[in-house]
Amino acid sequence: MSKVVGTSVKRKEDSRLLTGNGRYSDDIVLPGMLHATVVRSTSAHAKIKKIHVEEALNHPNVVAVYTGKDLEGKVGPVPTSWYVPGCNLKEPPQYPLAIDRVRYVGDGVALVIADDRYAVKDAAELIEVEYEELPAVVGQKEAMKEDAPLLHDDIENNIALQWKAGEIPEGVMENAEVVVKESFYVQRVFPSPIEPRAAVAQYNPGSGELTLWCSSQNPHIHRMVLAEVLGISEAKFQVIAPDIGGGFGGKIGVYPDEALVAFASREIGKPVKWIEERSEHYTAANAGRDEIIEVELAGKKDGTLEAIHVKNTANLGAYLSTMGAGVSTIDFGMMITGTYDIPYAACETTGVYTNTTPTDAYRGAGKPESTYQIERIVDLFAREVGMDPVELRKKNFVKKEAFPYQNAQGLLYDSGDYEKPLNKALETLNYEELRKEQERKRKEGKLMGIGFSTYVEMCGFGPSEVVGAVGFQGGTWENSTVRVHPSGKVTVFCGTSPHGQGHDTTFSQVVADKLGIPIEDIEFVFSDTKSVSMGWGTYGSRSTAVGGAAVSFAADRVVEKAKKIAAHELEVAEEDVEFENGTFSVKGVPGKERAFKDIAHSANMAWNLPEGMEPSLEAQYFFKPENFVFPFGTHVAVVEVDKDTGEIDLQRYVCVDDVGTVINPLTAEGQVHGGVAQGVGQALWEGAVYNDNGQLVSGTLMDYTLPKARFFPTIESDFTETPSPVNPLGAKGVGEVGTTASIAAAMNAVVDALSVYGVTDVEMPLTPEKVWKVIQEKEGNQ
Amino acid sequence: MIPVTFDYVRAESVNEAIQQLKDSDGEGKVLAGGHSLLPLMKMRLTEPQVLIDITGIDALKEVRKEGDRLIVGALNTHREVSIHPDIKEHIPLVAETARQIGDIQIRNKGTMGGNIVHADSAADLPAAAFVLDAEVLITNEFGEQAMGIDSFILGPLITMMPEDSIVTGVSFQIPPTHTKSTYLKYFHPASGYPVVGVAAVAGTDSNGNIDFVRVGITGAGDVAFRATSVEEELLGKAPSEAVIKEASKLAADDGEMGSDLFASPEYRENLCKVYTERALKSILL
Ligand SMILES: Cc1cc2nc3c(=O)[nH]c(=O)nc-3n(C[C@H](O)[C@H](O)[C@H](O)COP(=O)(O)OP(=O)(O)OC[C@H]3O[C@@H](n4cnc5c(N)ncnc54)[C@H](O)[C@@H]3O)c2cc1C
Repeated sequence: MSKVVGTSVKRKEDSRLLTGNGRYSDDIVLPGMLHATVVRSTSAHAKIKKIHVEEALNHPNVVAVYTGKDLEGKVGPVPTSWYVPGCNLKEPPQYPLAIDRVRYVGDGVALVIADDRYAVKDAAELIEVEYEELPAVVGQKEAMKEDAPLLHDDIENNIALQWKAGEIPEGVMENAEVVVKESFYVQRVFPSPIEPRAAVAQYNPGSGELTLWCSSQNPHIHRMVLAEVLGISEAKFQVIAPDIGGGFGGKIGVYPDEALVAFASREIGKPVKWIEERSEHYTAANAGRDEIIEVELAGKKDGTLEAIHVKNTANLGAYLSTMGAGVSTIDFGMMITGTYDIPYAACETTGVYTNTTPTDAYRGAGKPESTYQIERIVDLFAREVGMDPVELRKKNFVKKEAFPYQNAQGLLYDSGDYEKPLNKALETLNYEELRKEQERKRKEGKLMGIGFSTYVEMCGFGPSEVVGAVGFQGGTWENSTVRVHPSGKVTVFCGTSPHGQGHDTTFSQVVADKLGIPIEDIEFVFSDTKSVSMGWGTYGSRSTAVGGAAVSFAADRVVEKAKKIAAHELEVAEEDVEFENGTFSVKGVPGKERAFKDIAHSANMAWNLPEGMEPSLEAQYFFKPENFVFPFGTHVAVVEVDKDTGEIDLQRYVCVDDVGTVINPLTAEGQVHGGVAQGVGQALWEGAVYNDNGQLVSGTLMDYTLPKARFFPTIESDFTETPSPVNPLGAKGVGEVGTTASIAAAMNAVVDALSVYGVTDVEMPLTPEKVWKVIQEKEGNQ
Repeated sequence: MIPVTFDYVRAESVNEAIQQLKDSDGEGKVLAGGHSLLPLMKMRLTEPQVLIDITGIDALKEVRKEGDRLIVGALNTHREVSIHPDIKEHIPLVAETARQIGDIQIRNKGTMGGNIVHADSAADLPAAAFVLDAEVLITNEFGEQAMGIDSFILGPLITMMPEDSIVTGVSFQIPPTHTKSTYLKYFHPASGYPVVGVAAVAGTDSNGNIDFVRVGITGAGDVAFRATSVEEELLGKAPSEAVIKEASKLAADDGEMGSDLFASPEYRENLCKVYTERALKSILL
């Protein structure tokens, strides 16, 4: 059997999902099941004077109505899971339903339970909430002002945290030959999974056991947090994440709504289902980004970079979400030097509460923002010193020989060769020709631009000690059990929780090669706290690097034991047994062999095992990585801007990513494509907009532009492979690279096109009107 | 996104539908493709008590030529309109417009009648309807009438539709055979509706001077409009880049520009000009 790691195996999960045989939360139907809906605040900031529930209670289908007051003493506030140290973090309590004050449009006010999915919506309309309006504040800078309304009475200036990392010695910035400054707004966007959030809870009043199906990226974290919120033993609480229609970070968070559904089921003693609506999702589910980033980059006229100083003012929304404090601090601030050997760096982050939906991790979580600022400012620096942006990058790259390399913020980059993907991309582009074409077009009065992003990001969350030191409330190691059945078929358990990434397939490839069995013989179990012992879920491009590694180690353990049994049966010493392609053979004695399948049978029957050996063939491994992994690469966008309308034509998109060893080029490319769509989406189209009163004005897909396939040229995706030394697979992370890299690539391309006018920035998203206005201003109204 | 409770009935004929509308005491609504009505119902912006499904009425699917007019039955879907041989031959502008509506699912369900009756300010078809002097054919218990498109559509989602009436079709003027036409649409990246959609028909006489020109613009404001200033400017002139550019500067003069998150009135005005210029160039040069 030939090896399958590194080949484009088609996704095992697709035949199920594409034929409608998936099982999503909404497919779960239980006898006697009730339906829940949450009445949400229509006001961004108000006191709740009175909630009239009588009419709703009188609705014939209604079983119960709860308000915040009804929950007191029964369900606690939903806590954050990231207590970033040293930043004076202030966490206001987030009750599952607002008690006396609402703080954003979408804040839960009442929970209605009825025996019919349609009727519950009718009943919810009968609830009337009397509000006393309070002034609202939407922008983070405005919220910090002295006279800004306070969201939480005891949190001064609405400041949630003030964090610092790194120091630049005095004089470095002041005496630098060149300092380039710019302020970037990485606007608020919606993760927008195709399946909104969902939860189904079933409480067994007899046993006191609670089962929660929920659209979560990390069911074990949900169990850990909600057990506390609900006051239930983790041992009596099972959380299952069934098939999931995407998460993109938006389903990491442990939400009030999930606690509510569980609470209601326990209260009433019947199963309760809650399925979020699309427009509800945009006000009630965590959003991403919303950071104002002020950068100063210092260096020499010859292009040498010396120091970077970054200030990030992050909009955290009304409450502190699950990872809310970590995104703009640890995730962002440790990576501000990017792929460059910049000796000094300092980052100051201020997190601010505003009357908006909370923000949390969104594909890349802090890393796209960090990459964005460094890749944008490096371009501007190149322009300032009159260098080609590629040359400037090459000059300052961390050199291949320098790995493992410690960046100015103290992170140790595991492995890298930054020129390799850049050179490959330049070749694909025919870069020199492209620049000449740009020159020609400029002479014809056309606006063509080429934008680079040579990124690196921190993935594979993460080494437990480090993660603990930065305040994350989780272990972030991974665990896997490989269970071999008597037939030689295998069930593998793993603590990561795929929701579209294709781990069923890629992890099976790892096991198939280890055990020498066909992929079809391997089934995976994820995302169920009862079947899978502890695990930490899927986010931060951690699954393959950490979970996949655990799988690989557990499979090794199986082979180790199987080898002992084979040696015993073949009556030779263990050292004389070789294992390859699913066959145990004796060195130098052809024909003397045992198939993996035979050993599986022997182990399970235990009729004749080596002295003292435990029966069965099953092994578990808990893998704690020693470091993060650092994928890198080059993304390039080529655009042409229509002078008359400001429309941007994305003509080419070339990317060469180095995600370590590529386990499955097909799924890896798929991840890159999706990531690029979401990154370019941020640059060109997406943007959540609130008006001054805190009303979300981009609350439907009629106004909020999700990128569509037809907006893109063929994405020319390629890879180089620089294995990671951190795990046995050599794998890094691929889920987020596309997003992390592409925002800057797209923006740099447009800014390059507009550089003929001296433009250094246009605020994202680059709607045609904004671009047109810039052109109008510069050209004058002919 | 769940509508309130409603009843559902099917009508077998136009008369039956009219009767059912009357029976509903103003609480009934006709259901055609459902692609404008159902979203409104799901958002609870409209709450009809009964839906009268007319999709089984074959008589509303006809396409026929009457003199210099082509009558398109109300129930023809956008897809059917875009491929119908008579429509393509006589009023290719309408076929071309229908082809650019929404996406394939919408074109397979949405209908000519529904699109016109719904009167969305950003619907595509009104541009062509204005250009081709369309008449909306309306039937109710008192009989039939034809109403000019400019008197029918009053504002966004507002029409002169009499109570308890059915639109049976839309009648389009067939433009002179020597003309060419086009529909140029600037797609809203989120909704796919036009931010600006320009329908143009034009032709030149034997001397090479423009003897027929019509420009209709939709999406830019509350209602579609004829850019008559552009037409007047061009009539009788020999088309050239400069002449068209000059005339197109008047493209926004006859309409009011709207505003939303995506585009300001100023930008829409610019789009009207640029798209009119491009549309006219493509058929006249
Ligand atoms: C996602 C999406 C994108 C779209 N994009 C576009 C676009 O780009 N351009 C565009 O122009 N449109 C677009 N549409 C709208 C689409 O064209 C609709 O189908 C059309 O506007 C309405 O036609 P319908 O047959 O679906 O009407 P329905 O939704 O069934 O009805 C609409 C209204 O007209 C009334 N009505 C319908 N037929 C008759 C009749 N014969 N007599 C009397 N009253 C009647 C109904 O009672 C209702 O009030 C889009 C729709 C969706 C959902």
